[in-house]
Amino acid sequence: MENRDDLIVNDSYAPLSNHTEEEGKAIRKKIWFVTILLSVLTTVEIFMGIYLSDRDASLWPVVKWAFIIMTVVKAFYIVMEFMHLGHENKALRRYIIIPYIFFIIYMMFLILKEGFFVGAGYN
Amino acid sequence: MAEHVENVDTATAWGGGRSPFRATYGKMMMWFFLVSDALTFGGFLIALGFAKASAESWPVAEKVFFHFPLTHANLPLIYVALMTFILIVSSVTMVLAVEAGHRMDQKGVQKWLGWTVVGGAIFLISQGWEWSTFIAGPDGMISTWADNATLTNNPYSPLNPDDLRYTNFFFFVTGFHGFHVFTGVLINFLVFLQVKKGVYQARGHYEMVEKVGLYWHFVDLVWVFVFTFFYLV
Repeated sequence: MENRDDLIVNDSYAPLSNHTEEEGKAIRKKIWFVTILLSVLTTVEIFMGIYLSDRDASLWPVVKWAFIIMTVVKAFYIVMEFMHLGHENKALRRYIIIPYIFFIIYMMFLILKEGFFVGAGYN
Repeated sequence: MAEHVENVDTATAWGGGRSPFRATYGKMMMWFFLVSDALTFGGFLIALGFAKASAESWPVAEKVFFHFPLTHANLPLIYVALMTFILIVSSVTMVLAVEAGHRMDQKGVQKWLGWTVVGGAIFLISQGWEWSTFIAGPDGMISTWADNATLTNNPYSPLNPDDLRYTNFFFFVTGFHGFHVFTGVLINFLVFLQVKKGVYQARGHYEMVEKVGLYWHFVDLVWVFVFTFFYLV
C-alpha cells in the first residue's frame, strides 16, 4: 500500500491504527485508570444516593449538582478514552461533539424552563 | 495508535479524494448514527426532566428500588448499582478487545469479546428481574393487572394515582436502553463468531470490533445518564 493516510479507499485508515505490544501496554494502563475512576465515581454516587438524597434537606441542590458533575466526568472519560474520540482527528472530534452539545443544551434549556413553568401553573 | 504525520500539499489539498476526518467510512457512519441515537436518548431524558419539573410529586427511587434477589432486606439502589457495574465491566472488556485487535491478537480479541457478550447477557437478565420486580409493585406480587405497575397503572404515586408518567418513563427509558443492550449483545456475538473464524485476521485489521465497540460503549454511556437522571436525581 502507498504510504499515505489521507486517501478515501475502503478501509485504508484501519491498518494504520494498529499498534505494537509496547504501545498496547501504555493503552492498557490508561484503560485500567479509567476503569478505576468510573468505579470510584459510581460508588460515590451510590453512597450519596443512599445516605444524602433526602429530598427535603437543604443539601439536596448540592447533592443533585454533584451527581450531574460526576455523570459528565464519567461520560467524558467513556467518550474520550473508551470510544477513543480523544485520539481521533481534531476535525472529527469537534464535528461530533459541538453540534450535539449545542442542541442538547438548547433543548434542555427550552424544555426544563417550560416544565417548571407548567409545574408552577399546577400548584 | 501510531501518530500520523500529515504532509498536506496545499497545491492539491482541495482537489478532492481526501478525508478531512481521516476515519474510515464505516467508523464515521457509526459516529453519525451514535450522535442521532444520542439525540433520541437525550430527548427521552429531557422529557423525563419535564415530567419531574412539572409533576406535583415524584416517587423517590430509594423507596421503589430497594429489592435484591434472594433476600427481603431493604437495600436501596444496590441492585441498580450492581447492574451499573456489570455494564461498566463489560465496557472495559470491550475496550480490551479493541486494544487486542490493534495488536492483531486473535486469541485476545476472542477472549475479551466473549466476556463482553457474557456481561451484556447478565445485564439483560438482571434487567428482566428488575422489570418483574417493578411490575409487581409495592405489594411485591405479580397478581392482577389492576394493582401491578403498568403503562396504565401507577401504584408508586398513591397521592397522585392518575399521574402515570412515572411508570411510563420507567418502561420507555429502561426499555429503549434494554433493547439497545439486546441488539448490542447480538451484534457482539456475531462479530465474536467472525473473530473465531479468523475473518478479521485475514483482513489484516480488526476495525469491525472497533465499530461494534463504539456501539457497545455508547450503550454504557447512555446507562450512565439513565442511572443519574432516573435513579439518582
